[in-house]
Amino acid sequence: MASPRARERIPLSRVSEFTIETLIRVLGFSTIGLVLLIFLFLLREGMPVFFEVPLRGLFSSRWYPTFAIFGALPLILGSILVTLLAIVIALPLGVATAVFVREVAPRWAREILKPIIEVLAGIPSVVLGFFGMTFVAPLVRDVLGAPTGLTAFSGAIILAYMALPTLISVAEDALDSVPKSYRDAGLAMGATRWQTIWRVVVPAARSGILTAVMLGMGRAIGETMAVMMVTGNAAVMPSSLASLFRPVRTMTATIAAEMGEVARGSTHYHALFGIGIILFVLTFFINLAAAKAIFQKKRKGGLR
Amino acid sequence: MPLTGTTHKMAIACLAIALAAGCTGRQPEKGAGAPPRGSIAPARESSILNTGSDTLVNLALAWAERYMALHPDVRISVTGGGSGTGIASLINGTIQIANASREMSAEEIAEAKKNGITPVRFTVALDAIAVVVNPRNPVKGLTLRQISDMYTGKIGRWSAVAGDDRPIVLLSRESNSGTYVYFLEQVLRLGDSKARTLFSPETLLMPSSEGISTEVRQNVNAIGYDGLGYVTADLKMVALARTADGPYVLPSAATVLDKTYPVSRPLYMYTAGEPSGAIKAYLDWVMGEGQGLVTDLGFVPLRKGGQ
Repeated sequence: MASPRARERIPLSRVSEFTIETLIRVLGFSTIGLVLLIFLFLLREGMPVFFEVPLRGLFSSRWYPTFAIFGALPLILGSILVTLLAIVIALPLGVATAVFVREVAPRWAREILKPIIEVLAGIPSVVLGFFGMTFVAPLVRDVLGAPTGLTAFSGAIILAYMALPTLISVAEDALDSVPKSYRDAGLAMGATRWQTIWRVVVPAARSGILTAVMLGMGRAIGETMAVMMVTGNAAVMPSSLASLFRPVRTMTATIAAEMGEVARGSTHYHALFGIGIILFVLTFFINLAAAKAIFQKKRKGGLR
Repeated sequence: MPLTGTTHKMAIACLAIALAAGCTGRQPEKGAGAPPRGSIAPARESSILNTGSDTLVNLALAWAERYMALHPDVRISVTGGGSGTGIASLINGTIQIANASREMSAEEIAEAKKNGITPVRFTVALDAIAVVVNPRNPVKGLTLRQISDMYTGKIGRWSAVAGDDRPIVLLSRESNSGTYVYFLEQVLRLGDSKARTLFSPETLLMPSSEGISTEVRQNVNAIGYDGLGYVTADLKMVALARTADGPYVLPSAATVLDKTYPVSRPLYMYTAGEPSGAIKAYLDWVMGEGQGLVTDLGFVPLRKGGQ
């Protein structure tokens, strides 16, 4: 009994539905496509180095690209050292701030704090680098008595500062999504406010906090400008705990400092892209680890 | 790197258009010798693109600005990027003058010849490499051998060179800088072309001259080097000697010209083939009257008195 008009309308809405769906699908896949293209480009420009330089040379401990010595190991370790140290500094600060903002602070304080934290994220890294160079580095030198303040530690402080806004907002979102009933239950069981926060709310938000840490790490390992200005850029192998207070050279700083003047197609050029591949793979595994942790948590029927 | 002003940004944009289809919609050429519209870029001699050495970029900018004030019909765009960048652009035929703080290598010359370009070298100024320390550091003079031993890691404390009992923090420019290569060859290797000496891996590679001067200003332990033009008044220059017997000489225009200061080098401009027209006029001015600007920017003019 449907009128001819209605019969017409159904296919029309299907057409528009189909168009929109396809569009969304294309856009979604194009992101993946772009990432793939970037990776392919990296591979094309960077792979030759693995044939031009023997693998043992590539993972040796001396980086003198001008003289065809391409030992990238100090750079890889330098990046890892600075990033891990930055997270070690940022994690307690970030989680504590998130807990304070979400659980402890009165409403008016939260409304002031949140935008301020977001503003932190907007400070250009070169400004932080300059701050690190002129303020943090001398402080590190004077307080710790190191020969120079341009060290892995100074770099980590700046990086921690840069990772904090991301860490805080993601961790705060995680805390936010813990159901109110959990808090009520904790308090009803006779736990103090602190016990409820520390034993119930924070563990419940664990996977979200882990995501926050991973995102912070991603930010830290890829950061270039500030690190280049503060860490001293000496390609020394970090060998002991004392290396924390010595200059290091990171992968990102190396690419940024040397790409400008390298001859296209030379071994050095390929080596810099090779470092790019290593960096890409490293961040890929960080993200994979984060995804795996979240996935496992969910499968177990975890709290969030 | 900064361009000399908006008009030159426009000039570059316009030049790109000119390459394809002749430049329309621009203010009319005032210059007498300007080639007809629609000719390809290198022949538009009233537009000179000048790229290269970061050491030379400030001086090149000063020259370009003064010259354009005197000759409004000529437009000169100056950019930095490093000696290698400038030379590569010259080989590719995209610029007319390349600034270089080192000579072109044999490979680069061969590559240029392959592109049908014969690079011609002009010495436009001299530069001294100054070794700087913190003003609180009591060390006044060093021999080249001592500096070499420091930078290769043989000496680790200032006490070995009659200084305080402190660790030495070595600062250097990044390895892509012409200054780095020059310092390595002339100081670390003491001019011995067969030497394979390298900078100690402990050397801090600073991305900029500013990085070096900031750290030396703050850190009593630090030693660094840079072009004389980049040494600020709050750093202490060290007098250098070829041998332990002296003489210990501080870098200055006079000591570079009479060759008593041991670490100085010529700075070059390269052109593609023998220059003619506006390019020749400009280079003649740079090497003549333009020398008057050289001292103001901390470099050493080709002749005494700057003229």
